[in-house]
Amino acid sequence: MTDVSGAGRPGADRTVTGGSGTGATGTGGEGTGGLEARLVVRRGDFLLDVALSAAPGEVVALLGPNGAGKTTALRALAGLAPLDEGHLRLDGAELAPLPAERRPVGVVFQDYLLFPHLSALDNVAFGLRCRNMSRRAARDEAARWLERVGLAAHAGARPHRLSGGQAQRVALARALATRPRLLLLDEPLAALDARTRLEMRSALRGHLDDFEAVAVLVTHDPLDAMVLADRLVVVEDGRVVQTGTPDLIARRPRTDYVARLVGLNLYRGKATGHLVRVDGREAAVTVTEELTGEVFVAFPPSAVTLHGERPVGTGARNVWRCRVAGIESHGDRIRADLTGELPMAADLTTVSAAQLRLTPGAEVWAAVEAGQTHAYPAR
Amino acid sequence: MSGGRPRDATRSGRPGRVAGSLRPFGRAPLALLLPALGGLVFLLLPLVALLVRAPWAELPAQLGSPQVWEALRLSLLSATTATALCLVLGVPLAWLLARTDFPGRRLVRALVTVPLVLPPVVGGVALLLALGRDGLVGRLLDDWFGVTLPFTTAGVVVAEAFVAMPFLVISVEGTLRAADPRFEEAAATLGASRFTAFRRVTLPLIAPGVAAGAVLAWARALGEFGATITFAGSFPGRTQTMPLAVYLALQSDPAAAVALSLVLLAVSVAVLGAMRDRWTAGMGG
Repeated sequence: MTDVSGAGRPGADRTVTGGSGTGATGTGGEGTGGLEARLVVRRGDFLLDVALSAAPGEVVALLGPNGAGKTTALRALAGLAPLDEGHLRLDGAELAPLPAERRPVGVVFQDYLLFPHLSALDNVAFGLRCRNMSRRAARDEAARWLERVGLAAHAGARPHRLSGGQAQRVALARALATRPRLLLLDEPLAALDARTRLEMRSALRGHLDDFEAVAVLVTHDPLDAMVLADRLVVVEDGRVVQTGTPDLIARRPRTDYVARLVGLNLYRGKATGHLVRVDGREAAVTVTEELTGEVFVAFPPSAVTLHGERPVGTGARNVWRCRVAGIESHGDRIRADLTGELPMAADLTTVSAAQLRLTPGAEVWAAVEAGQTHAYPAR
Repeated sequence: MSGGRPRDATRSGRPGRVAGSLRPFGRAPLALLLPALGGLVFLLLPLVALLVRAPWAELPAQLGSPQVWEALRLSLLSATTATALCLVLGVPLAWLLARTDFPGRRLVRALVTVPLVLPPVVGGVALLLALGRDGLVGRLLDDWFGVTLPFTTAGVVVAEAFVAMPFLVISVEGTLRAADPRFEEAAATLGASRFTAFRRVTLPLIAPGVAAGAVLAWARALGEFGATITFAGSFPGRTQTMPLAVYLALQSDPAAAVALSLVLLAVSVAVLGAMRDRWTAGMGG
């Protein structure tokens, strides 16, 4: 069981305590708006157990590697996968016993799943027709939604005539048209090419800003998560491993996965004063913070300088003996993957990589200024 | 099924022909080429014989006989009604087999295909035992509603539907399995009940498969002989369909039999051709 504390918008903070399967359903009073859930889904050996909470208007991103259970969590929220345990309250009402079609939920699927035999307009009108709205009224309302997402001109187009970005906007309009109290987005930008993705990311951010109820999005892309969400919930192997604002997660990752996502070298160790002894290694890191006990230390690959000879410098400098395990180019930078005293990723320019004759297997000295590191308590 | 999913070629499940995989005719190994040509001749020769030996001179007179049109009308009517019956009962059955899990599903699926392998005459006997005047259910039908099926036009429809339905069920079930069930999930999240999702999403998506299954069933029903003659007999104007008329004519008036055969051939080729162009254009055919 992992606690997920909201740290997003003021008033959004909420700590969820799990445990018993069904708590008392809140009726009225404080804390009944928005989403409050503990989702437990077993599938063979895999166990998903995450707690989620979100205030109305808040956008929460479930971020995690493939197979972490993000999509399962989303399907549980939508009613497409039954809960084995836990609860799911939305605006104070328990949704868990309701089938998908009776939940006030809208879903934007990863590949949109627009009905291929219906026009864009009829796709958007579908949910309204299912709610017994007359054909005429449903179409009028759908047309307004298409206009909102800037697709009024494509109302009559079948999905196969739409570009990826257009299809995504139709899917969004279709999900929003029924005015859900919970909007779920499964990798909403994953199916788009890089250029469209950039445009759609900011457009989607705008629509999410306008959305007054809870939005939960699932993504494995940290940039999508950071741009779109007010709060991130990092899920690994069916558990929540970290939660917080994008800013907090980016500065203080708590797992290797998150550290890699945000591009930081991360170590766990024991601090005594300014010195952190890295767990399971002979290495230590000098930091500027003064801490005691279990801590994390992080520094970006760009803070690492590599040297052919042991550098002679001031005491505030960390120096480790490493070996190059691999090199790849990232644009105009070279990313070196190092093993040895302290494994890490290091970024350097193409010129310095050439000067150092950086080849796999080469022995190097890696140095990091103490001022470039960031240490924070592990608990 | 094609035209199904947008931008998702990998999921469409359409085998298609790999470009460039066709080799020149002359390069085919003889060991395959000879039996292939033999097979072709074997399939076409009877049709050629039918056309060559047809009494073309007598044909107008033969076709002028009211019995021909009576039999044709009955055949078309009963095959079409049987196909409608197959659709009404078979599509839901295919959906059940493809989309739900229940104990004994595999057994039910196997049972559905039994009429496929059952000799039609045996099927007719079985129908008599079930729906005959003294049959398991037929007796009740007679007692309660005064309905008797054997030796009536309705009996012809029942016999044809019995042998044709498996074709439809198998075809539709295959299409349903290939269709992405997530469209039904998307419909559910939009508030559609399972039946609404089936009616407004699944059915339009599998329409080409349903049409193909209906064509198969119709063709099977049109040619049905064994079960029909056993269960419904051969009464001109009531239960004597074209195949029955052809067979009976062969004993007394071979020229008439050939003429009837030509009509049946022309009708089935015309209908199948029209259906194929119209409905199965998206089936990769």
